[in-house]
Amino acid sequence: MIPPGDGRLRAALRSGRFVVTAEIGPPRGADAGAIAAKAELLRDWVDAANITDNQGAHTRLASWAGSVLALRNGIEPVMQLTTRDRNRIALQSDLISAGAVDIPNVLMLSGDHPTFGDHPDAMPVFDLDSVQLIWAARLMRDQGRLLSGKPVKPAPQWLIGAVENPFAPPLRFRAARMGKKVAAGAEFIQTQFVFELGIFTRWMGEVTDLGLEQRCGVLAGVGPIRTVRAMEFMQSKVPGIHIPDDVVRRLRSVPSDQVAAQGMTLCVETIRRLRETPGVAGVHVMAFGQEQLIPELLERAGIPPRTAAAHAASAEARTAGTGRVGEDDDAR
Amino acid sequence: MYRLHHLLTPSLLKRWFASFIERHKGLYKLFTAVEKQVKGSAFGCRMCGQCALPATGYACPMTCPKQLRNGPCGGVSATGACEVYPDEQCVWVTAYERAEQEGRASDLTLLQRPIDHREWGKSSWVNYWQGRDGDLWTSDDGLTRTHLVLTDVRRLTGGGHK
Repeated sequence: MIPPGDGRLRAALRSGRFVVTAEIGPPRGADAGAIAAKAELLRDWVDAANITDNQGAHTRLASWAGSVLALRNGIEPVMQLTTRDRNRIALQSDLISAGAVDIPNVLMLSGDHPTFGDHPDAMPVFDLDSVQLIWAARLMRDQGRLLSGKPVKPAPQWLIGAVENPFAPPLRFRAARMGKKVAAGAEFIQTQFVFELGIFTRWMGEVTDLGLEQRCGVLAGVGPIRTVRAMEFMQSKVPGIHIPDDVVRRLRSVPSDQVAAQGMTLCVETIRRLRETPGVAGVHVMAFGQEQLIPELLERAGIPPRTAAAHAASAEARTAGTGRVGEDDDAR
Repeated sequence: MYRLHHLLTPSLLKRWFASFIERHKGLYKLFTAVEKQVKGSAFGCRMCGQCALPATGYACPMTCPKQLRNGPCGGVSATGACEVYPDEQCVWVTAYERAEQEGRASDLTLLQRPIDHREWGKSSWVNYWQGRDGDLWTSDDGLTRTHLVLTDVRRLTGGGHK
């Protein structure tokens, strides 16, 4: 079980209620307002928001700076940290820094290879892999030491996150690989987009067989597909996303002006089914550039806002008949 | 492959041989060149000097574009292809297939420690026979030891620590 401590995400995972995280992609400019605007949209609806680390190997405002801006704007950040661009010196330095500026959650991943980004000519670093970085983070936090053995005082106190893709081969190794991350120190895991519930449920079964969900909160990745072009982009340009044929057929079968609505409904259905899947602690909503859809998505999936005030407002809207709850039931 | 590995099992004789050629630069260079040739053609070896092959189904993790030593990244395609080189199979897909076939899939769950980048170009066979890479991987979470880094363990013990 996750040990007690500060932070909204930690409290949510410990409470056992359905957890929601989302993603804030930082801007390509020195624009603090971009983070503030997204924070405003999501604040009442999520327990924490990932601040991505040069996502897709495209240069952006740094995840640590985005995390500080998120804190300033009242949303709890999950600072992503990839092993792609930094060696162990810089990675450990960023982890210490995150502790010093009170970033309550960090999430470690290897990151997309530079060939996918805006600087394909860049040096790929990968000095550590994601498991080793998680391990280094826990060593720093729980034993107050660097990889070199040197003491870190005081040790930072963030919650440690990781990622897993249940849909990428070798499928039968994926639960065990999550097990390695949990052994190394991961306390929550966010997954790649779930479009294929069959594979996800099988993976989740293996995860629960290993007892991993008892030690590490599993947040299933979801997100609405808005256009056929976006779907094709995800299939061909974003590594590791698997969209099954029935989903492709479903989105292609409707007129183009209805794809967005169909994509939303599909996502709502997925969230509802994930809520019923044993071992799933919550969802991680990825809606790149479409963050304004997240409240509607969650409300339709029957997931209440996180704050009491927003909860009341949402309930009021429902009784007034202006809410969207139940709309997708009518649509079916 | 697993059977062939027995030829490399450390012994007193091999240890003596390893320390002998380490004292003779020319011999060491020659031996390392032979190792590079053999392992290069068999496994695509990059001479990291800290061989993980026995624990990775004899698929070299250093041939992964991200040099991941603890398993595949999340970018493997549905067909098992590498995200960076779509015409090639992910080295970890190969590793899993081979290890599973030999009943050694649990090897892949071992935690692989960060490597020492000073060892590039050195002979991993010599390091192995000298007992220097006994700490490359572990089945525990590594926190019982004061630190994870191989190099310090070696420095503390002044060479082979087995």
